[in-house]
Amino acid sequence: MEKRVVYADNSATTRVSKRALEAALPHFTEEYGNASSIYTLGMNAAKDVLAAREQVAAALGAKVSEIYFTAGGSESDNWAIRGIAEVMAKKGKKHIVTTVFEHHAVLHTCQYLEKYGFEVTYLPVDENGLITAAQVADAIRDDTALVTIMFANNEIGTIMPIAEIGAVCRERKVIFHTDAVQAVGNVDIDVKAMNIDLLSLSGHKIHAPKGVGALYVRSGINIPNLIYGGAQERNKRAGTENVPGIVGLGVAITDAVKDIEGKNKKVRAMRDRLIDGLLKIPQTRLNGDRERRLAGNVNISFRGIEGESLLLMLDMYGIMASSGSACTSGSLDPSHVLLSIGLPHETAHGSLRLSINDENTEEDVDYILEVVPIVAKKLRSMSPLWEKICRSEGIEDYTKD
Amino acid sequence: MIYSEKVMDHFANPRNVGEIEDADGVGEVGNAKCGDIMKMYIKVDNGVISDVKFKTFGCGAAVATSSMATELIKGKPLEEALKLTNKAVVEALEGLPPVKLHCSVLAEQAIKAAISDYYTRQGIDPLPIVGEIGECEDCQ
Repeated sequence: MEKRVVYADNSATTRVSKRALEAALPHFTEEYGNASSIYTLGMNAAKDVLAAREQVAAALGAKVSEIYFTAGGSESDNWAIRGIAEVMAKKGKKHIVTTVFEHHAVLHTCQYLEKYGFEVTYLPVDENGLITAAQVADAIRDDTALVTIMFANNEIGTIMPIAEIGAVCRERKVIFHTDAVQAVGNVDIDVKAMNIDLLSLSGHKIHAPKGVGALYVRSGINIPNLIYGGAQERNKRAGTENVPGIVGLGVAITDAVKDIEGKNKKVRAMRDRLIDGLLKIPQTRLNGDRERRLAGNVNISFRGIEGESLLLMLDMYGIMASSGSACTSGSLDPSHVLLSIGLPHETAHGSLRLSINDENTEEDVDYILEVVPIVAKKLRSMSPLWEKICRSEGIEDYTKD
Repeated sequence: MIYSEKVMDHFANPRNVGEIEDADGVGEVGNAKCGDIMKMYIKVDNGVISDVKFKTFGCGAAVATSSMATELIKGKPLEEALKLTNKAVVEALEGLPPVKLHCSVLAEQAIKAAISDYYTRQGIDPLPIVGEIGECEDCQ
């Protein structure tokens, strides 16, 4: 077997595209003006920031004035939730509806607000990692300030019924925010048709540089300033613009939303081959709904194996993947997402997330399908937990051959 | 998070992996819930650990500490093996990330559990010799 390098962690971050890089580069050394300056160099920068804002707006079906650039997805989530909470609290509305399996940028922000008297309803998800618009409708109260529900889950890739939830929120006159960091470029998004009031996105998940993102805020929604200072971002987020990042984001998002279905067709075929192939390994399960999931997401649990050692060993073979959310490294607890869909702790510890995109090839898939069974067998052969599972459930231990 | 080269070496090429069929003592510590189980097998000849093998379900640090711990006690008298501290295992591995320190505690406990089992099989009360093995604080 010839060693390959396979990057299968595109939900963690992506390679900056050639087009985004080429668009960004001149803004470091030649077009380095401050977009607030009056001379030509500054005005050029301002024009390029505006062009990028138009590109982001067009990608979401939004108006230019509804797009605010930020430093990334977490900042957008924090701003949206804390901002709306602040405004609504003054109207006596201190209830938030979200789900148990949001990204930590949303969950920890909601937990922070709980300390300040907010009540948060964390909707449970079903065993396939989905929620329904009816759950949201049932949770909304007279004092609900905000509904914040992710578009697609970062670990198991399940896609929420955002248009239906948006319709419920609009009907009940409740502000609706969605963390669409994992969805942009993978799912068609139209903020107007889907009745989305606020939407967070991140650049580096869609081949733009790290450190840039955006928040869409529907016109008519009042959101307080995030950073006080200069007049940037319509006075709401002061600070000299990250022009190279913003320009890169504009190009990257334009490319990302182009022919999503065409790209997904290819990626989905590879994903399905990975899922079918990996499920042939004994005592494995697919996490997250098989159909309603991102085209590039594979999440499989291997009983008797611990995720980190699986990743370290795959890395030795050149395969880069993730186990649960990369953000949970540093914590001993298994992923809250996998626990939320009902996995026992021991199974949640042994999960593998592969996130592929259209840069991956059929050869990558072949290689992963060749390597993972070898690694799984090796780790199981030295796992006392695997031994215990086999003994207590009468499973034949295939690692003993 | 960064692992030292030594940790990666012991993870990639773990020493003394496996089982001892006619072991004189077997100890198992940790639990599946917190993602680490270590099982240690020892063979004892004239009070000396003549052979040791381990099986571990756990992260890279858990595998590496198990491997290093077996190297450190192989060929050593029981009393000396009992003196092995998690600190010594960590030092031998050229350090561990702070969140992984509990893995080294597990390795120390696995050795004590195996020796404890050895004494029990010999009809000797292990408690005065080995002491309480305790549980990993993080797992409680």
